[in-house]
Amino acid sequence: MNDVAVVGFAQAPAVRRTHATTNGVEMLVPIFAEVFEQTGLSKTDIGFWCSGSSDYLAGRAFSFIAAVDAIGAFPPIHESHVEMDAAWALYEAWLKIRMGEVDTALVYGFGKSSAGQLRRVLALQLDPYVLAPLWPDSIGIAGLQARLGIEAGLWSEKDLAEVAARNRRDARDNPFAQLSGDVDAAALLDTPYVADPLRAHDIAPVTDGAAVVVLASAERARDIVERPAVITGIEHRVDSPALGTRDLTRSPSTEAAGRAAGADASVEIAELHAPFTHQELIVRDALGLGDGVRVNPSGGTLTGNPMFSAGLIRIGEAARQILAGNARRTLAHATSGPALQQNLVAVLEKG
Amino acid sequence: MNAAATETSEAPEAPLSAPLNVGFDYTRSVGPVLGRFVNALRERRIVGVRGSDGRVHVPPVEYDPLTAQPLTEFTDVADEGTVVSWSWVAEPLDAQPVQRPFAWALIRLDGADTCLLHAVDAGSPDNIHTGMRVRARWADEPVGHIRDIACFTGPDSPAGPAPTAPPPPVAERAEGEPVSTVITPIHLRYLHSASPEESRYLRGLAEGKLIAQRCPACHKVYIPPRGACPTDGVPTTDEVELPDTGIVTTFCIVNVPFLGQRLTPPYVAAYILLDGADIPFLHLVLGCEASEVRMGMRVRAAWKPREQWSTTLENIGHFEPTGEPDAPYESYAHHL
Repeated sequence: MNDVAVVGFAQAPAVRRTHATTNGVEMLVPIFAEVFEQTGLSKTDIGFWCSGSSDYLAGRAFSFIAAVDAIGAFPPIHESHVEMDAAWALYEAWLKIRMGEVDTALVYGFGKSSAGQLRRVLALQLDPYVLAPLWPDSIGIAGLQARLGIEAGLWSEKDLAEVAARNRRDARDNPFAQLSGDVDAAALLDTPYVADPLRAHDIAPVTDGAAVVVLASAERARDIVERPAVITGIEHRVDSPALGTRDLTRSPSTEAAGRAAGADASVEIAELHAPFTHQELIVRDALGLGDGVRVNPSGGTLTGNPMFSAGLIRIGEAARQILAGNARRTLAHATSGPALQQNLVAVLEKG
Repeated sequence: MNAAATETSEAPEAPLSAPLNVGFDYTRSVGPVLGRFVNALRERRIVGVRGSDGRVHVPPVEYDPLTAQPLTEFTDVADEGTVVSWSWVAEPLDAQPVQRPFAWALIRLDGADTCLLHAVDAGSPDNIHTGMRVRARWADEPVGHIRDIACFTGPDSPAGPAPTAPPPPVAERAEGEPVSTVITPIHLRYLHSASPEESRYLRGLAEGKLIAQRCPACHKVYIPPRGACPTDGVPTTDEVELPDTGIVTTFCIVNVPFLGQRLTPPYVAAYILLDGADIPFLHLVLGCEASEVRMGMRVRAAWKPREQWSTTLENIGHFEPTGEPDAPYESYAHHL
């Protein structure tokens, strides 16, 4: 089967609010142009298109159909969509290339979280019989998970503040980040609780944004870029949707996906999709990433959380480090659902 | 669903936006396992189900999380238990069970091995801690729904019942029959934005103008203009003001009544191609018998009185025949 490589990546700036429509067109048009510029490809060179977005976020049915306008889909294209983070759209595109059906694919995700009330909208991803009717908000659920770890002695509020401070410092070099700055963990700990035990810095911001990744078969990739980022493993696993049956301080699905994808301590850089500070620690532990691994040099999701593309951006960032010659072997993680329910891990190497 | 075009106050030429409120009552059948659970709730009892490892799951799960086998061994558990974790909600959101500051908690009910997620009406974060004992406060009139448990309370909870979100609607069922469906109303509020191009068009309509834009790549004239030409994927740019005359490319005669219908059938819904436009839009053709409407028929906009105009195509009430000769088929065949 064909190996698959990332050959292009672009993202819209992560911002609190855009004037854009919820169908993503205004955010997607410029970044499509950017990856075509990077790769020298045009829309007619793309064998398969796949997107990730959510109608619940957009507040309208079939919002992803309107997004297809940004492609200029004439003559008709080969296209698909997942109602998930676009990291899972990338998985679908990866399969298409693996099977030899196409040799290039363009994957994109978009979301305008500012159109609605994000933490309330996310209650609708929960079990519809015993959870969603109570409207548990995403921050409240994350707070339950954070406290379990605090009280078990797995992490402290200070550890969490340090995760936030490190990500914000790293985000100073990321022109697309929504939050950044030289902040001190001790000062963060002096701020009030937003949802005890979580403070504002523990919670990823509400972000409008979009991202695009271009994949190619390894053979084709060599003609497109000098240092393609070959995906040597990509897997996803899921934990039970019954929150009360899980040990929320661990992420067995991340661990299983990481093992299957070939994650190990030899990766140089890891981009982890953690919308809450404690989740970065859970994922890091589940993947067995030691102190030698540079985690989230982009500033991660805590400094910009465009729903339905934040996971894809992790893959794009991990690939960019290889494309730019900064690393030889990197890892990307994406998550979906409440309290790290579903997780995807990809390992990339210089081709 | 409703949407009203209102201008935001930010900047005069900021894109138009308007509230968009969507709502739907989700009606779901419960099946044998969740059916057991909700019917017990109606009797102010809580049942769990025993898994392959002997653990009692509450709420019951339909399939064993370890073996995926269907589970059938039900067992009653207490309506009181212990807080395993909690988080504080300082400002409750719409429809959350307790409408004053409260805690979400994972609660292990006595007799259960897994946790139930629910609200604890604790009054203050100082009144809740892990390990605390809590007890269910039942709704006044249980109907067979997770919200029959109004919330949980602890030893230091405020006196008196908390203000709650309205109770869920009750599904109809025959006398004596068990609850077989649950209804959960879902209401979401959005701020819906038009694109910059659509906003130009909508503002033009408010002045009685029909503003189109040309795609810079294929040179087609779109009305409404678009954030991306569907053929070329680039925003339409050069502005073109179109006349309010055009032709019917194709049409249908509506004979079927439907909910919300504003006209009495039969009437004609048609694709109108304005003179100078490359893309038709849907509108009404009135002012003649439905049977007289033809492909290629020349029509003109019938505008509502000026004082009724706003940022909407509804400023044109309908199109009506001009009496000019029909356009030849070849002139619009490529628009069909």
